[in-house]
Amino acid sequence: MSNSRSARSGGSDSRFFTTTKKGETHELRLELQSPNRDKKKDAVKKVIANMTVGKDVSMLFTDVINCIQTENIELKKLVYLYLINYAKTQPELTLLAVNTFVKDAKDPNPLIRALAVRTMGCIRVEKITEYLCEPLRRALRDDDPYVRKTAAVCVAKLYDINAGLVEDQGFLQVLRDLVCDPNPTVVANAVAALSEITDTGGKDVMQITTATLQKLLAALNECTEWGQVFILDSLAKYDPVDGVEAEGIIERVTPRLQHANSAVVMSAVKVILSYLDLITNKDTERVFSRKLAPPLVTLLNSEPEIQYVALRNINLIVQKRPKILEHEIKVFFCKYNDPIYVKMEKLEIIIRLVSDRNIEQVLLELKEYAQEVDVEFVRRSVRAIGRCAIKLERAADRCISVLLELIETKVNYVLQEAVIVIKDIFRRYPNKYESVIGKLCENLETLDEPEAKAAIIWIIGEYAERIDNADEQLDHFLETFEDESADVQLQLLTATVKLFLKQPDTTQDMVQRVLHMATEDSDNPDLRDRGFVYWRLLATNPEAAKAVVLGEKPTIADDTFTLEPALLDLLVGQIATLASVYHKPPEAFVTKAAPVKDARADEAEEDFDEYEEEDAAEGSSMGGGGGGGAQESSGGNAVDLLDMGDLSIDSGTSNGGGGGGGGGGAFFAPSAAAPPMVKHQVCTAEQGQGLQISAGWANKGGKLSLEMDFANAGPAPLVSLAIQLNKSYFGLSPAQPQIVLPSPVPPGGAASYRQALSTAAAAAASALPMALNPALMAPPGAASPAQPLQCAIKNMTTGAVIYFSVPMDVSNVLSADGQLDKATYLSYWKAISDALEVQSVITDAPGMDVKAVTAKLAARNIFFIAQRDAGAAQVAYYSFKVAGALLVLLEITVQPGQIAVCVRTDAQPYAQPAKALVESILRS
Amino acid sequence: MPQKLSDVTPIRVLLAPAIHFAKKGEIVISRFYRDDVTRSAADQFLKQVIASKETGSQPPVKLIDGNTFMYTRHSNIYFVAVTRCNVNPAMVFEFLYQTIKIYKAYFNTHKTFEEKHVRKNMTLIYELLDETMDYGYPQITAIDVLRSYINLGSISTLDGDPNETGQLTSQITGAIDWRREGIRHRKNEVYIDVHESVNLLMSSTGAVLRNDVTGKVMMRTFLSGMPECKFGLNDKLIMEKEALERAGGRTAATAHGKRSVELDDCTFHRCVRLGKFDADRTITFIPPDGEFELMRYRVSDNVNLPFRIVPAVQEEGRTRVTINLKCSAQFSYKLFAENVVIKVPVPNNTARCRVKVTSGRAKYEPEQRAIVWRIKRFAGMTECTFSADVELTPSIREKAWSRPPIQAEFVVNMFTASGVHVRFLRVYDKSGYTTNRWVRYMTRAGHYQVRI
Repeated sequence: MSNSRSARSGGSDSRFFTTTKKGETHELRLELQSPNRDKKKDAVKKVIANMTVGKDVSMLFTDVINCIQTENIELKKLVYLYLINYAKTQPELTLLAVNTFVKDAKDPNPLIRALAVRTMGCIRVEKITEYLCEPLRRALRDDDPYVRKTAAVCVAKLYDINAGLVEDQGFLQVLRDLVCDPNPTVVANAVAALSEITDTGGKDVMQITTATLQKLLAALNECTEWGQVFILDSLAKYDPVDGVEAEGIIERVTPRLQHANSAVVMSAVKVILSYLDLITNKDTERVFSRKLAPPLVTLLNSEPEIQYVALRNINLIVQKRPKILEHEIKVFFCKYNDPIYVKMEKLEIIIRLVSDRNIEQVLLELKEYAQEVDVEFVRRSVRAIGRCAIKLERAADRCISVLLELIETKVNYVLQEAVIVIKDIFRRYPNKYESVIGKLCENLETLDEPEAKAAIIWIIGEYAERIDNADEQLDHFLETFEDESADVQLQLLTATVKLFLKQPDTTQDMVQRVLHMATEDSDNPDLRDRGFVYWRLLATNPEAAKAVVLGEKPTIADDTFTLEPALLDLLVGQIATLASVYHKPPEAFVTKAAPVKDARADEAEEDFDEYEEEDAAEGSSMGGGGGGGAQESSGGNAVDLLDMGDLSIDSGTSNGGGGGGGGGGAFFAPSAAAPPMVKHQVCTAEQGQGLQISAGWANKGGKLSLEMDFANAGPAPLVSLAIQLNKSYFGLSPAQPQIVLPSPVPPGGAASYRQALSTAAAAAASALPMALNPALMAPPGAASPAQPLQCAIKNMTTGAVIYFSVPMDVSNVLSADGQLDKATYLSYWKAISDALEVQSVITDAPGMDVKAVTAKLAARNIFFIAQRDAGAAQVAYYSFKVAGALLVLLEITVQPGQIAVCVRTDAQPYAQPAKALVESILRS
Repeated sequence: MPQKLSDVTPIRVLLAPAIHFAKKGEIVISRFYRDDVTRSAADQFLKQVIASKETGSQPPVKLIDGNTFMYTRHSNIYFVAVTRCNVNPAMVFEFLYQTIKIYKAYFNTHKTFEEKHVRKNMTLIYELLDETMDYGYPQITAIDVLRSYINLGSISTLDGDPNETGQLTSQITGAIDWRREGIRHRKNEVYIDVHESVNLLMSSTGAVLRNDVTGKVMMRTFLSGMPECKFGLNDKLIMEKEALERAGGRTAATAHGKRSVELDDCTFHRCVRLGKFDADRTITFIPPDGEFELMRYRVSDNVNLPFRIVPAVQEEGRTRVTINLKCSAQFSYKLFAENVVIKVPVPNNTARCRVKVTSGRAKYEPEQRAIVWRIKRFAGMTECTFSADVELTPSIREKAWSRPPIQAEFVVNMFTASGVHVRFLRVYDKSGYTTNRWVRYMTRAGHYQVRI
């Protein structure tokens, strides 16, 4: 290794980067064809250099490939590299190289055999894979471990190109055999390949048995650090039969915690954590979890990138098992020169580990951080102090005094952040720390960020009676009302109303001014709505207004960045993966098609929890009293609000609940929902004048289609048909009026045809030749979605017209892909204007709770999104899709004795029918 | 967990210290291990990360359009790994670090290497990329092993006879892939270096907020054959055990004569048998030939602070700050510290400093926003003082001085802050040669900070 330059024959490679002359391609081509070996090699190097900087050199493909027949291994490697890059662009020419590969795969030198197999696997050309099978099979059984370890990975490559081929050729079994190979590196790569195939294929091809388990644990001691990672990661997915086995594995894995490579350590932590739940003996469990702390702390002495990854993981671990690191809080104190992203993560963990025992020390630290340079970090530190106060009741006094000290520094952003957290502290401990209000009010002028302003305004409104000049203070803010952000405006409105309710004599003027600005000068619907609500409340029943606006607020807890238990469990299982860094399930960022999970029920529950949490968070962070109060009243009593709508306050946006109710209770046959595709004979040969038709509904990829089988019993061949549908509930119409059979059906023959139908109301005339046509909708009440669809078919050859009807079920029309995630649902809901909303109340449905409603709707492909409680009522959200095209959003409020249904869809003609449909399902 | 690392892309950034170019990046070398990541993804990275200078403030794991980028920097080169799968990020970073180490070794540059090195060795790098990772799975990354068959483009062993290559392949895939058989040295020698870095965070009132030592044991071995080594530190757990054994069941009160150290945690080079350590805390291994890091350890109890620094900072009005320091060396008078540097921060609007020190030199360095006090040689058990009178230009802004901590740097030879020392290194080989061993100790300052 003494002298790099002299060891290389042709000097350094950098000169290959410098050729940018004209006619370069031509020159290169000539050089590639040169008989001189060195010249040839240099030319290939130039090509590779061009490829590296992103220039397209694919036009030299043939010339480069011609260099493949060489004894020079360096040249060979370069050509292979070129091939991997450009094979896809020239699949035909790539085949020219096959012979060389096959020959190389038999070379006496194992390194060359491996090189050939490795490269072939990287060439993603369908035709090549056929030639790959034989060499690969031989390589998997090769005498040389180096070849076998390369072949093992190659199986995973091949699986990605052609999964079926791998299964047919029995390569999976060979891989499983390799797990018991005597060579540790081969074992590791086989494990890696099997895990990957398990992941992409969705079924467990690894199949760990007791025998392979022992083999894996043995290989763990011998293979390279990377191999250890592969093995540990696959062990983490294994389900031990019982606690004893789990204990045994943990014991074999714990020594890995001492490995110098942090990836090995993290994977070992993952295995131990995932097995720990199975250990029933408390002492054993404690011993094992105690062993985890030192290596986790050691990770914090690594490079900053590793520290970051470790901290994100530790964040999960301390949520799941707070005990492990409870005495280690000191190691999470920030060093002055830590990168900011490390400091931020440490801060989160400090808050998780803070307790009455260490709060003194933590506060000193946080105060120190709050005086550092980086603004974002300072803000988070100030906020952290507030979060400590909310978490630890006994420490709240000290936290407040630290915050006041920080306010004294007069640093603008520190001040603003402090005001925001103090508001939260007030909410957590009402009537305890109001003495500091005076201090806060001294600094009103410096507040210029909306969140801080909103916070102080909330405080003023909430504690108006204890602030001498609350009216003046608010008045001061009101001067700039129109320029404020929406959050601040809402808070101002609420605070003024509060003030008015407390001091009606002096502030009537003010409240009128605010209500006026909110309802007339503002174009923000939230603000207008809230203004109207207050106005009406004040005008009709001031007592009720007091009860609502000054009502008691639920106390809050600090749950910033806290994960839901279900998600947390999932993520703890994902430790040492990117999911644990992002704190998101892998599906959220892995875009490759993953196997479908069968955990719909779990998901729904998860969503439900999240929804609730969000509500709470909203209340705590921003909404304050006014917001919370308004929310409660609106959610709690939908009917009253509707009544108000009828009173028509101002511009009549309300759309009364009337309408609907069409269709009888016997809308649906109580048959099982979403049956597998069944074709019914809808027309016998006799009825069809020689044409026998069976038809059924298919719902594939969200597209609704009518599948028909034709049997021709007539005299003439059947070539094409025309189809028309009668009006139906959702206005289904054929995508194209003509059915042209792929080939004529001779007399006595049969053909199958798929007629796609869609319901895209607005897109009727779009490129998709078939659509759902509002014009074909049956008048409300006249039809039901379960009514058979009447069709007419004209045999274009004979001119005979046949009438028949196809049985239908709601689940045929509502497609199975109507499920939205919560965020999408919310954004859609907001996107659809209120004017398009239709609602009604049914009282004749049997006493149902949300669960029953959900079950009923789910049976018809109406999907549950989320649920929240609003006083005595429960509000649930659903979505469904009609014929794969029309999206309908649904809000159902269940109260004892009545169910309110509210439907939003952007295709206006469908809103009423959709509502009627839901009603009838509920009634059924 | 499949480790699908699709692409390793070292990316160059033109750093322009004085000229007013913006930072501009371009791809120097990239290798696509899978085809799900495209080149345009790398452009996104150039735009969003390198161009926006976010290194250092933003996390090193970044998701852009479904591609996860993980990156680290070496001099002016970014080493970036891109993936679309749920990989093990720690493994990715470790692989990137290891890649950097490999290049360093191959380029024969001890400290850093630069873009020109990368360009000069393009084909070699491609070869290494091919050998160290396959389809996103790290493969062979041991430097000595790689050197045995990837040799600057001309692979001598490949043309050799099949027996030799067979031996090679079974070694590089085998259980002891870090050492080849048949090594011969005329003299059998081992150099052991114990390097400690001591971290301290002290509050302005003199309370120790955090104090710990991270140490590593570096070895340079020149040993023949396949020697079996056993290494021992004055590890408290093991010494107590031995004392107990010596006492033969009687209550052990003897071992307290020698000082032992309680190690919080240690990690080992892959050659060390971890199972054995887990069972009885003995450190046994067959070493690689040449230099390697045998182990790292952490100690947080009973740390001997080499220096004690007592600051007194007074802000007198808006335009004056006085700073007094007392710094005392607390190690044996037989030793001395070298290159002691103490950085005493001063406010940004410092105009003038008058500094008096009892030894060394101190100077206000505006770019560091600190008075830097340098002492070449600081004898044990002595004390130096520093007093500075800082004049400030009156500033309009109200913002208070953030008072960063005082930082100290130093090196003390033949001293360990943790008290760790090497008790023995035993080398057994079939041929029964004798081995010469040398041990050195050194403690340097890690994060040695005193708040003011």
